[in-house]
Order: sequence, then C-alpha cells, then structure tokens
Amino acid sequence: MTLQAYLTLAAMLFCIGLFGVITRRNTIGILLGIELMLNAVNINLVAFARFLGDVSGMVFTVFTICITVAEVALGLALVILIFRIRRTAVADHLDLLKG
Amino acid sequence: MAASGFLALWAWLAPGLAFLLLSLVVPLRRSGKPAAWLSIVFTLGALVGAVTAWRATTPDMARRMLWDWIPVEDGVLTSVGVLVDADATRMLILVALVSLLVQVYSLGYLADEPPASLGRYYTYQSLFGFSMMGLVLAPNFVQLFICWELVGLCSYLLIGYWYPRPEAARAAVKAFWITKAGDAFFLIGIVMLWSRTGTFDFSELFELAQGGGEALAGLGLVTFFIYLGAAGKSAQFPFHVWLPDAMEGPTPVSALIHAATMVTAGVYLLFRTAFLFEHAPDVLGAVGWIGAFTALLAATLACVQSDIKRVLAYSTVSQLGYMMAAIGAGFGGAGFLHLLTHGVFKALLFLAAGAVIHAVGTNDIFAMGGLARRMPQTFIVFLVGTLSLAGIPFFAGFFSKEEILGAAWAGGLTVPFGMLVLAAFLTAFYMFRVVFIAFLGGPAAAPGHGEAHAHDAPAIMALPLWILAALAMGIGIWFSVSHPAAEFAPPGWLTPLAVAVAGAGIALAWLVYGLRAISADRLFERFAWISEAAMERFWLDDLFALVYRRLILGVSRAVGWVDRYIVDGVLNVLSAWTLTAGDRLRRIQTGQAQDYVYGIALGVLLLMVWMRWPK
Repeated sequence: MTLQAYLTLAAMLFCIGLFGVITRRNTIGILLGIELMLNAVNINLVAFARFLGDVSGMVFTVFTICITVAEVALGLALVILIFRIRRTAVADHLDLLKG
Repeated sequence: MAASGFLALWAWLAPGLAFLLLSLVVPLRRSGKPAAWLSIVFTLGALVGAVTAWRATTPDMARRMLWDWIPVEDGVLTSVGVLVDADATRMLILVALVSLLVQVYSLGYLADEPPASLGRYYTYQSLFGFSMMGLVLAPNFVQLFICWELVGLCSYLLIGYWYPRPEAARAAVKAFWITKAGDAFFLIGIVMLWSRTGTFDFSELFELAQGGGEALAGLGLVTFFIYLGAAGKSAQFPFHVWLPDAMEGPTPVSALIHAATMVTAGVYLLFRTAFLFEHAPDVLGAVGWIGAFTALLAATLACVQSDIKRVLAYSTVSQLGYMMAAIGAGFGGAGFLHLLTHGVFKALLFLAAGAVIHAVGTNDIFAMGGLARRMPQTFIVFLVGTLSLAGIPFFAGFFSKEEILGAAWAGGLTVPFGMLVLAAFLTAFYMFRVVFIAFLGGPAAAPGHGEAHAHDAPAIMALPLWILAALAMGIGIWFSVSHPAAEFAPPGWLTPLAVAVAGAGIALAWLVYGLRAISADRLFERFAWISEAAMERFWLDDLFALVYRRLILGVSRAVGWVDRYIVDGVLNVLSAWTLTAGDRLRRIQTGQAQDYVYGIALGVLLLMVWMRWPK
C-alpha cells in the first residue's frame, strides 16, 4: 500500500467529518463530525510517521488522542449546559452571534 | 539707565497684578470699594513707576528688555518685553495718570452701583491699564497686537458695562465689530511684513529701514494694512462711526478709553512705526488726507449734536484726525505732542461733562442751561478744557494744534491744511456752543429732572478735575514759555491765523447762542445742505448698517446654504450609503457556527485552488 492510499483515506474521512460538522443540526452530531476530522489528521500523522521512518508523528498522534478525549468531554459538558439553559441542542437555534 | 527698563516694567505689570488679584479672588472683587481702592493703589504705583522711568530716560536713549517667548528651530520667533524710550514713557505717564484720575473719579461717579458691579468695573479698569501700557511699551508687533486686541476687549466690556440697556449692548458690539474690521487688516499687514523681513521686532525693522531700505521696498500695501488697523482703532473716516455710539458706557470710561488713551493707540502706532511709513510716501499722503477729512467731517457732525457726550465724542474723532494729518505730513512728533495734550484736556472735558450729567441727570444740552451759577467749579474746569481744545494761547491745546497746522503746511498738504483750519474754526464754534447753551444763559426752557438741585460734584470727583485743569493750563504756559524745538519752521503768519480762527469760532458761537443776535435756526437753514446731512451723520452709519446687514448677512446666508446643502449634503449621502452597506453586510452574520465553518472551509478550498492554479 502506498502513502497516497492512506492520504486519500484520510482526506475522505476529513471531508466526511467536515460535511457532518456543516450539515448536522444536532450539536452532538457536530461533535462527532469534529472527531472524524481529528481522526483523519491522526491517520495522516501515522502514515507519514510510517513512511518517513520518524516516530515523532506517532507520538503526536498519542497526544492528539488524549486531547481529543478531553475535548469530547468538554464539548459534551458544553452541550449539556447549553441544553439546560436554552432547552435545546439544535444548532439552528444557537444564533447568539447573529449580527 | 537700566533702571528705566525695570521701572517701566513695573508700571506695566502693576495693573496686571491688580487685575489678577481682582479676577481670581472673587470675594475681593464682589466687595466693591476695597476692590476699587486696590486698583487705585496699584495704578498709583504704576504712575510713580512711569514718572521715575521717564526721569531716567534721555532723549536719544532706547532701553530694551526682552524675554524669549515663541522658540523656533533657529532662534526665537518673537519675544515679550519692554522697549523704553522718552516717547514711550511720556505716553506711559499719560495712560497711568488718566487711569488713576478716572479711577478716583469713578468712586464718586459710580457710588450708587452695587458692590459686585463696582468690583467688575475696577477689574476691567485694571485690565485696561495693563493692556494699554503693554501696548505702549511693546517692543514688537506681536506683543503690540495682543495688547491692541486686549484694549479692544476692555473697550467692549466697559462700553457694555450697563449691559442690561440694549443701546449699551448694541454700541459695545458695534464698537467691537468695526474696530475688528480694521484689526483684521492690521494682522494681515503684520504677517505680510514678517514674511518680507522675517522679524516682528521694532528695533530690527528700524535698522532695516535705516540701512538703505532695499529690504523694505514696495511696502505700500503692508503699511496701508497697518494703517487700516490704526484707522479702526483711532476712529478715522470711514471707521469713525463706532466712537460716538461708544458713549453709552459710563462717562469716566469715555474719558479714559474713548478720548485720552485707547483711541490714540492708532496714532501712537503710526508714530512708533513712522520709519516704515517713510518708505511708503503714497500711504503717508493718504493718512494725511484722510486725517484732515476726518477732522473736518467730525467737526461738522459735532456742530449739530445735542448730546453733550456726543459733541465731545465727535470732537475726539476730529482731534484724532488732526493727529493723523500731522503724521501723514511726515511730522509724527507734532501728532504725538497733540496726542499728549489732547489726552489731558479731553479727559478733563469728559470728566467735567460727567459731573454735569451726574448732577443734572440728562445728556441733552438743551435741557441744561445756566449751569455756571449752580456749578461754578465744574464750569471753570470745563471752560479750561474748552479753551484748550479751541486752541487759545496759554492753554494746552494751543501750541500742539498750531504745530499740527504748521506740519500740514510744511509737509506740502495744502488742501488738508485748509480743511484743518476750517475744522479748527468749527471746533471753537461747537465747543462754545455747548458752553453758551449749557453753562451760560438762562435756565433751560424744559428743565431736566433734578436740575433744580444741581450742584458741584463731591470732592472725590472734583479733585481729578482740578488736577487735570491745572495740568492743561500748566502745559500750555510751559509751552508758551519754552517752545519745544519743532521739526520744521512754521510760517510766521500761522500763529495769528490759528488764534484768529479760534477767536472767530468763539465769536460766532457767542453771537448765535450767547447774544442770540443771529438765529440758530437761520444759520442752520443757511447751511441746510450740510446740517441736514450732518443730522443724518452723512448716512455713514446707515451705510455701515447696510453693509453689515445686507452684504455680510447675505454672504453669510449664501455660505450657510452651501454648508447646509452641499457640504453637509455630500456627507449625509456618504454616511447614508455607508449605513445601508453596513446593514446589508450585517445580514451575512447569521450567528450559526456552522455557517462560519462552512465559510472557513470554502475559503481554504479557494486558497488551495488559487495556489495550484496554473500560471
């Protein structure tokens, strides 16, 4: 398997995640999209580490996974708080930034 | 010698100190009498300083004390300080003396004023003393101009002292406006002079003028602008219209500012900068002609006035015309001499008139009559002033006026000389008209209120009168004994002519108003064409009103329209466009985080495409 195959997989995964982030109405779904995008990045890092023979990419991936866990916990906490305050978790209703 | 500089500086700053005290310490100002005494004491100090400074000067000496004021890259743009010479200290004495006497006199004249108003009056008086002395001692045009504007401000404030009266407020504004018209030209002239020579300093300009005058060639316009400033301040035709209206102020103010000192600032300025005017003979000629014409015009106007203060006001305008004529003829010394003597006797006349008004309660000379018996002291001092003004030998005005006539003749201004002689005749006539109507003869047909118990002024008002009267006589006698050397040789027939003309004027006034051998109405009918025009003040006031109302207001309206609809219009349209555009742009901010993500993703995509776009 060539590097291109891994990178293509990662790009596709990234696009799927981005599509989810942009189109999902539910906040939880958006968080899931973000996870997919991060994992696409992880695949990239691991693939490069493997093909360039440099382990630092894998070390970065371990860090990313840890931080992603924290980010998901924080994101879910935010969603729960928003739901408590606004009584909704639908992204269309969260438009406080409106100009 | 150094002492004279410090003494003059003290004379200048003493009234300023009084002004600062009175203006900053409010309870002191509002206390009235103590404020008055404070101002008087400081003015007395200034007078002492001025006299000692004068005694320390010698005729050919000029002492300068300068402090840098506005620094520029290479040196100093202008400085402040004093330029003391014999003439400046003489003027300084006149200012301090008349200020002092007027302030003492005002204690009696304004005794019925509330304390707060009195304090305000003396604050203005102190400020005036400070500004006027700063003007007299100014070593450069900048300081002179600043003090020039300050005395204009004091004039405005003091004319409008009784500001609840609409006439007073209007007269104050009129005086301010018309003198400002001249001042604007003055400022332009100063700046033009600076751009040509690079200095404001009198001494440096003098050296430039002495050194061949190449640097000063073609000064005509500059000197003419400077003259316009002087003409506004010194009430020369056609700017003279503000001075008679300025009589709405309290009489002591008229005596100090609008007769003895401030209005002569213009004459003083031309005298001080005569070395510049020598390089512009055409302008100098115009100064002489306008001066003589002003003297004659104002003298005819004075003949038909029935308000005693207005007679004196027009007489002041006329005498200022005399001084200007002498300067225009090239003999500034004669004009300056008349300035000094005129300051003394015109202050005397105004203060005496003030005593009459104070006692009688009216300004109308036809409501007076027979005052000589009721107010003998006032009559005597008024007569001294009148004789001085008419130019009778052994009185102050005689010698200086004759010298001006001689100067006009020697300067080759033949027609102005004729005008001045005619004006001298009219001067004697209108002054003795007042004397015969108001003081001599029977009581008035329609007595003014309070005339029945008219009496001489209290001592505090009488004292300045007597001092001034003694000075007017003393100067006259001193001049008769020791003729100051004239700058020219007057023709031998001049003295008899001057005396004869004055005598003829007095005789005519006696025939018309004393003996009533000639009917005044008949006389005025005979000269109907001129007396009617004079009654209307030669329509000059109307002309000014027209100019101000139609021209300036019209231009203002046009400018206002342009400002409102073109300047503001453009801005309004631009701002409306901006608002609309902003409002449209605002709508793309939906507040949906997903939309922003979409925008960012699209942007990244576009960037990638752009980076990879084939060149």
